[in-house]
Amino acid sequence: MSQELTIGFLPLVDACLPILAREHGFAEEEGVSLRFVRDMTWATVLDRLLYGYSDAAHMVAPLAIATTLGRGRPAQPLSVPFVLGLNGNAITMAPELAARVAVTGGLGDPAVIGAALAIEARRRAEIGRPLRFGVVHRYSSHSYVLRYWLASSGIRPDRDVEITTVAPPFCADALETGEVDAICVGEPWNSVAVERGAGQIALVTAQIWRRGVEKVLALREPVLNDRRDATEALIRAMRKAGAHFVDPANLETNAAILARPEYLDGDARLIQRAISDRLLLSRGGQVVHYPDFMFQYREAANFPWVSQAEWLYTQMVRWDDVVFDPENAQRAARVFRPDVYRSALLGTGDVLPGASSKVEGSVGQRTAVTTQQGSMTLESNRFFDGMVFDPTDLRGYLARLP
Amino acid sequence: MRIAIIDESAARASVIQEGLAAVADCELFVVTERRGLVARIGEIAPDIVLMDLGNPSRDVLEEYFAVSRAVARPIAMFVDESDDESIAASIEAGVSAYVVDGLAAHRIRPLLDLAVRRFNAFSRLQTDLADARGRLAERETIDKAKRILMNTRGLPEHEAYAEMRNHAMQSGKRIADIAEAVVTAQSLLGGTR
Repeated sequence: MSQELTIGFLPLVDACLPILAREHGFAEEEGVSLRFVRDMTWATVLDRLLYGYSDAAHMVAPLAIATTLGRGRPAQPLSVPFVLGLNGNAITMAPELAARVAVTGGLGDPAVIGAALAIEARRRAEIGRPLRFGVVHRYSSHSYVLRYWLASSGIRPDRDVEITTVAPPFCADALETGEVDAICVGEPWNSVAVERGAGQIALVTAQIWRRGVEKVLALREPVLNDRRDATEALIRAMRKAGAHFVDPANLETNAAILARPEYLDGDARLIQRAISDRLLLSRGGQVVHYPDFMFQYREAANFPWVSQAEWLYTQMVRWDDVVFDPENAQRAARVFRPDVYRSALLGTGDVLPGASSKVEGSVGQRTAVTTQQGSMTLESNRFFDGMVFDPTDLRGYLARLP
Repeated sequence: MRIAIIDESAARASVIQEGLAAVADCELFVVTERRGLVARIGEIAPDIVLMDLGNPSRDVLEEYFAVSRAVARPIAMFVDESDDESIAASIEAGVSAYVVDGLAAHRIRPLLDLAVRRFNAFSRLQTDLADARGRLAERETIDKAKRILMNTRGLPEHEAYAEMRNHAMQSGKRIADIAEAVVTAQSLLGGTR
């Protein structure tokens, strides 16, 4: 008898793994049957999860931690046994801003663009029209990675520039009407803005943090306990879906599935471009291939590293202007559940890292690492400014940040 | 109390507005336009905000509530866990509510219940309307098929209809499906639609 799980999601390409787990029969193979609820805002995805209308949800990683810590609402503990993907977002600028700070014909160097942006931000502040950036949610990886880049470039978010929330479907609109000067959003929304001539992709977030945590699969902690078997089955099914997803032979099929009205309801051509790590940077330009723009499978990409949850907590402290609290840091760390991931995949032959936490940003070249099962080589996981995040010293890291 | 109803569907917003108009001591503001939403809410300075769950501006509004110092901070109604049944009803109906902190629960509850009822009434209306449209379209197809049978086989109207009904019964299909097939066949065979 197959168990049923209902999954909430937003129509974004990185909702791909649970969708493909269902469509290619991997979920049924593992004895779990999936149902989907599509929404238009993270607020609604979260409400459905919190009140039992869904069992699990596609979610921006920081929101899972913010919900657990009671930021903005009373605390409700969430658990993340699986990371749905790393990166996959881009920073798209209105043509006038791009002309002043970005490069043409390719993705520029984030440090160089950041330096030019710092000058432009001062100029705009002086004429009383400060630069405005749109992100998809206050507690999103987009917000944290954008802020990280700005701060490291000498620009103080919320002071030198404004950062506001824009719903993904309206990002192109917001650029066009001048409501914002730039957006940081996932695909296909950058491409939609580019196709309309409303923006130019200046950077991808993988240039800012080469292996930055993005969307996660979140469940309420009690639901994870009650539905542990079904959740572990889903994890196995999503790993199989990941292997299928990254095989170039399946690109067209998978893009066509994701484009369907019940999923992304979008343009299969744009979706296929994004999931093959290809970007049209400006209208009429060349398509650029940026490997690992999206990162869904290799290097145990879905493993919920505790250090990533802790990094997100440091950014929450930084930008919510709250005092670092060791107890909250621990609660944040416990949101990520490598134990569940391991238990789901133990004995399957899939790779399992030896450690559950790592120093983020420390790997510069291909490095073989110890594993519990299988073999694994990590590639660069650098931050663009060369800083290193040591999860054993959160306070020290916060003190070193600009 | 100042109540803002935010809904991109003007029809639904007016159904909600109508429902709440009878409540004493309430001033209602309807916002259907997405652009300039945040500024508008700032002007209204509502005590209660009602918004459909499918509204793509929910994250934008919550961000505004979280950071704005301009308005008293409304918080999501759903966070009041004391009342799971009412929350379930809201989500079922597709309405979210934000309430300025400190507003007494006994004043909010009847309003929310009313809003939920109006939301449900609106979806029933939509379903009825869709059904009615569907039935109308079927009626037209059946008439068309009847005329085809009358013209091509020289049958009187009631026999043309009986012919289709018998066929439907024998094949376990709906008469509208048979009619659709007749119309399609006729157009494929070169007749006019």
